[in-house]
Amino acid sequence: MTASASLPPLLETQGLSKSFGALVVADSIDLTLRPGARHALIGPNGAGKTTFVNLVTGTLQPTAGRILMGGEEVTGLSPEARVRKGVGRTFQINSLFNRLSVLENVAIAVSERDGFAGRIFRARKAERRAFEEAYAILEGIGIGMEALRPVAEIAYGRQRLVEIAIALALKPKVLLLDEPAAGIPSAESHVVLDVVEALPPDIAVLIIEHDMALVFRLASRITVLVQGAILVEGTPQEIAHDPKVKEVYLGEKSH
Amino acid sequence: MATDGTVRPSLAGAEVVSASLARHRFRPLEGLVWLAMLAGYWLWPEYRPLGSQIFIMCLFVLSLDIVVGYAGIVTLGHAAFFGVGAYTAGLTAIHLSNEPFLGLLTAAVAAGLVGILSGLIVLRTTGLTLMMLTLAIVFVLHEAANKLGSVTGGSDGLQGVTVAPILGLWSLDFFGQTAYIYTGAVLFLGWLFARILVGSPFGRSIVGIRENLVRMRAIGSPVRLRLLVVYGISATMAGIAGALLTQTTQFVSLSAITFTRSGEALIMLILGGVGRLYGAFVGAPIYMLMQDALAKYNPVFWTFWIGLMLVLTVMFARNGVLGLVDSVLAWRRRAA
Ligand SMILES: Nc1ncnc2c1ncn2[C@@H]1O[C@H](COP(=O)(O)OP(=O)(O)OP(=O)(O)O)[C@@H](O)[C@H]1O
Ligand SMILES: [Mg+2]
Repeated sequence: MTASASLPPLLETQGLSKSFGALVVADSIDLTLRPGARHALIGPNGAGKTTFVNLVTGTLQPTAGRILMGGEEVTGLSPEARVRKGVGRTFQINSLFNRLSVLENVAIAVSERDGFAGRIFRARKAERRAFEEAYAILEGIGIGMEALRPVAEIAYGRQRLVEIAIALALKPKVLLLDEPAAGIPSAESHVVLDVVEALPPDIAVLIIEHDMALVFRLASRITVLVQGAILVEGTPQEIAHDPKVKEVYLGEKSH
Repeated sequence: MATDGTVRPSLAGAEVVSASLARHRFRPLEGLVWLAMLAGYWLWPEYRPLGSQIFIMCLFVLSLDIVVGYAGIVTLGHAAFFGVGAYTAGLTAIHLSNEPFLGLLTAAVAAGLVGILSGLIVLRTTGLTLMMLTLAIVFVLHEAANKLGSVTGGSDGLQGVTVAPILGLWSLDFFGQTAYIYTGAVLFLGWLFARILVGSPFGRSIVGIRENLVRMRAIGSPVRLRLLVVYGISATMAGIAGALLTQTTQFVSLSAITFTRSGEALIMLILGGVGRLYGAFVGAPIYMLMQDALAKYNPVFWTFWIGLMLVLTVMFARNGVLGLVDSVLAWRRRAA
């Protein structure tokens, strides 16, 4: 812990801001993820959680602020370049390659990561290794038996796992999980939870999640976002007893 | 997780991997297609000239399928590359040398370059904008070929194209023997390349772009570059098809570079089946044989029948003739 604290954080945002016209969706967000971080980002619907992920991955350009990875500024870099620096993400709404098999969905990410996805000739060996690795990833999260099926045909809960498997195939240093259990009945959400708990210990994970039980089980730090701004950041204990947080969430429930 | 109720034998990883690798392996049925084309040479000698024209369109439609069917770039402007290839081959023969392979080469290079240059602009857009831009490029090039009469022959077409014997041995004759084999061989090579391409990591990545552009970006794929490369490759193939037309007809007309040609190729592709490589080999022959037969029988109304056929395809066989075959096979398997 002490060693990693002295290293530059894997991800750091400084005053990250984004407006759509008059609507401020990210309001000077400072957030730091160190190796091994298990950080939850919570907040009401429309708080700007997904927007934050889009800013970090480069899908959206910030109106102000900086993003650093390993101490190096990446604010102006393309989404592709940021992936190469080690940021991976999943999507709140499934974003898969529907007409490809489950295995190909993962292998396509492996081939991009290993830099042979643009090859036409003499790729058989690399292709075999990519398939093997993709299968190992699927097996590791318990859906190896679905490998050959078209991804659009498998159960929704398992599609959510493929969503994670694609991101894992990139071997990211920073993994941004946007509501990985969204749409799964809470009785089954433990499957996703198990996968998240089994992630490599040294990568930094930011997880967006609405289910508080899940958040408290997974996260060692929590940031609460309200209307684009950080309301409070702290340990699960601190967040659970914070009066401001209670107000936001009780206020949510009362209407 | 017994929720979905399916009990399937758990394949070992090695089996899954080999099954996935085998998906793009050559199948005997594919050889049959080529045997049929070879057999056609002896079975219907009187159709050899038409045969070579069909092969040329097959190659053109194949190049279109790579772009439309695989990469998901719905273009109306592919005739631009066909036309550039056709004129380049003609001009090469007239001004440089009438060696046929040199004509193919210059046509390929010119069409590929025009593909990449236009792709730099066109591929920044999608959907309707892209369709309009590609269409505009056909119109501009058509008009350029029309106006540059001193070079291209304008509306009279480019006359006086000669072609040296293939490999110094076989000259292109009126009976179309050499043309049939020559165009067939070039088509074979084009198919072989396309076949390797769609089964390669590159091929899968362009399918990935078609399926989900956002996710491709999120896994770090250089999407722009990939699209540009596939567009350039496809333009090159289209240019070679155009060159073959020039060499087999020893003439280039402005019709090589019209929207009609783009549209016809698209119809053939939809008729055969989009995004399956063999759509071209089904759609182009059906269309051209029908055109040939109907034009003899009723020259005025043949476009009516073509139109009717297209309507029926789009309404009842959304995935073309090959899609229909798939459905029938699947239905019989289920019935069995
Ligand atoms: N491209 C856009 N243009 C305009 N407004 C946008 C755009 N994207 C998001 N917004 C707005 O920004 C706000 C934040 O959206 P965001 O999706 O980041 O919220 P969220 O915290 O992820 O919500 P949820 O919990 O529902 O997923 C919303 O009010 C949304 O309508
Ligand atoms: Mg969201």
